[in-house]
Amino acid sequence: MADTPGAGGSTYASADFSSWTCPAPLRDHERIIMGHGGGGALSAELVEHLFVPAFGNDVLSELGDSARLPASGERLAFSTDSFVVRPLFFPGGSIGDLAVNGTVNDLAMSGARPLFLSCGFILEEGVELAVVAKVAQAFGAAAHRAGVTVVTGDTKVVEAGHGDGVFINTAGIGRIPDGVDIHPGRARPGDVILVSGAIGVHGVAIMSVREGLEFGVEIESDTAPLGDLVAQLLAACPDVHVLRDPTRGGLATTLNEIAGASGVGVALREDALPVPDTVANACALLGLDPLYVANEGKLAAFVPPDHADACLAALRAHPLGKEAVAIGHCVPDHPGMVVSATGLGGTRVVDMPLGEQLPRIC
Amino acid sequence: MKYLDEFSDPVLARRLFDEIRALTTQPWSLMEVCGGQTHSIIRHGIDQLLPDEIQLIHGPGCPVCVTPLETIDKALEIASRPEVVFCSFGDMLRVPGSGRDLFKVKSEGGDVRVVYSPLDALRIAQDNPDRQVVFFGIGFETTAPPNAMTVYQAKKLGIGNFSLLVSHVRVPPAIDAIMNSPDCRVQAFLAAGHVCTVMGTAEYPELAERHKVPIVVTGFEPLDILEGIRRAVRQLEAGRHVVENAYPRAVQPEGSPAARAMLADVFEVTDRAWRGIGMIPRSGWRLSPRYRDYDAEHRFSVTDIDTQESTVCRSGEVLQGLIKPHECAAFGKQCTPRNPLGATMVSSEGACAAYYLYRRLQVPTTQEASSVG
Repeated sequence: MADTPGAGGSTYASADFSSWTCPAPLRDHERIIMGHGGGGALSAELVEHLFVPAFGNDVLSELGDSARLPASGERLAFSTDSFVVRPLFFPGGSIGDLAVNGTVNDLAMSGARPLFLSCGFILEEGVELAVVAKVAQAFGAAAHRAGVTVVTGDTKVVEAGHGDGVFINTAGIGRIPDGVDIHPGRARPGDVILVSGAIGVHGVAIMSVREGLEFGVEIESDTAPLGDLVAQLLAACPDVHVLRDPTRGGLATTLNEIAGASGVGVALREDALPVPDTVANACALLGLDPLYVANEGKLAAFVPPDHADACLAALRAHPLGKEAVAIGHCVPDHPGMVVSATGLGGTRVVDMPLGEQLPRIC
Repeated sequence: MKYLDEFSDPVLARRLFDEIRALTTQPWSLMEVCGGQTHSIIRHGIDQLLPDEIQLIHGPGCPVCVTPLETIDKALEIASRPEVVFCSFGDMLRVPGSGRDLFKVKSEGGDVRVVYSPLDALRIAQDNPDRQVVFFGIGFETTAPPNAMTVYQAKKLGIGNFSLLVSHVRVPPAIDAIMNSPDCRVQAFLAAGHVCTVMGTAEYPELAERHKVPIVVTGFEPLDILEGIRRAVRQLEAGRHVVENAYPRAVQPEGSPAARAMLADVFEVTDRAWRGIGMIPRSGWRLSPRYRDYDAEHRFSVTDIDTQESTVCRSGEVLQGLIKPHECAAFGKQCTPRNPLGATMVSSEGACAAYYLYRRLQVPTTQEASSVG
């Protein structure tokens, strides 16, 4: 944006929305609102209509969880992510684990074997060294577990009040095996959709500590590195079409993104969704839908129908996928849309959330 | 899962669908009063599976939807003040006032916080004695008692920097207003179970008798709703019109005496405007004179509010059960959850949002409607 005075007392001029490739949605908001970081439609629009046109190139436009790069005879995957979770420590993990697993998993979702990681710490003035050390140790331990090497890093400090203790950015590089071609646009009618285990666990774990909510039993985050699980899946079936880890925005957002990118319809079976009782109870209390709650150690796989049983068996043979199930399939009907059969026998559209899910009043 | 699974059992549901089908000999129109029931009906596809003769009409029972535009504009005005911490339940943040919402106020620097209980707001007031903490107290008889309790606590603890922006409404006067409308199509009511958990059922027999309309107190899980429908249809087919309690696991005839006593101490009944419907006599609560110091409208003297309601939005008719959401020309075109013209589209409990979110395949859609999915 130009650095000149603009309307509304802002020190910045209004962006020229009319020149954007698809200006309509972002006109709704002249400023960033929390929903732009919620992983739903607003987040997607920020990326697709603001960042991608500004940076534009074919690799970025694919909008996978990581970029697939050609490099002297082999293919590399490259991905970056930033972590601003609050609180820094929560049942089952910390921002350090998330910062490693998040980028490792984004690499794995293109079928890559994660290799190297960078680590950028943005620290807030006043945060205790002991806290930073604890985060760093968790980061190192998670990297070791994921089998990646932390090869470069950076540290910045911002004034008190300008951060939230610790922010972390990570970037990672992995190698994509020959014969593997996984990206969000490859789903085809007939593909079977698998998830590797229970959904909604991480989001409910974070909510329980962030908001001081007690659900009668402690719920631990499912944060975990998925590189090994993916390698095992690809060993059973190299022709996996799409992989995605359903983080912010939950499984509903992931399925909508894939349906949109591939132009297929997604048909879900509500009674097949692996929602643990603890998550279902917490969501019922808060008026949330588990399909929209964040996960950190789960993947969704779109696989050819004749390989579905082998893929399911491969996932179940790994400790991180032992509760894997088939939850639906791709159809030629309602392209770009996710439709679920309800437990009672009706149907409903499963939409992409706009921003963050908001608990109901009563 | 105990308490939830057993009330959505597909086998028992099928049995209830069969019983309702066997009972039904002619068309009937039933109104579910509560937005939570609407959400459940559409979310589980119950309306798709009922016999064609049973028409479900979605009632005004969404607290977000019926909060008047003027009150939301007052909330936006108060939340914009630098000395204020404005606390609200999450789903009020997206409700449009005249041109903006609380999310926008927050992005412009307003201290707007989502809380899960009004007592959280009181704690914020205790922790920030140099700030004015305001809680947005909206909703029906369900949310009013905890809000009353919070004001009671504030007074008892001498917390002077806390106040309540009150927009509480009462269900029975709304039922009366709907039945008095010359265009009314409602032949039976599924009363909101959680409202009756607080207030009991004493207000309903007179309404059922005067309007010759069955009222069945109904819960929120699929089997609760089907049982409510079954009992309402049974009464309609038999020409009866009494109050039945189909939610006995939560509702006692006398309600919750403690909650009612708290309401009686802190609030007094007042006339209240409902968004999209208009003024309904004696349909709301305001703080009683003893607690007037805790009234945010009084404390911040919010005046000169100039409201601008959409001219094409028909959410008032949706709230009164006069039209279905997709019968509004703006539905799915100018009006979507992304760009809601009325609160029935913005609130997750709103009938328009429920139709848009869950039922777009069955109602006429537009290019915009399908592209969002």
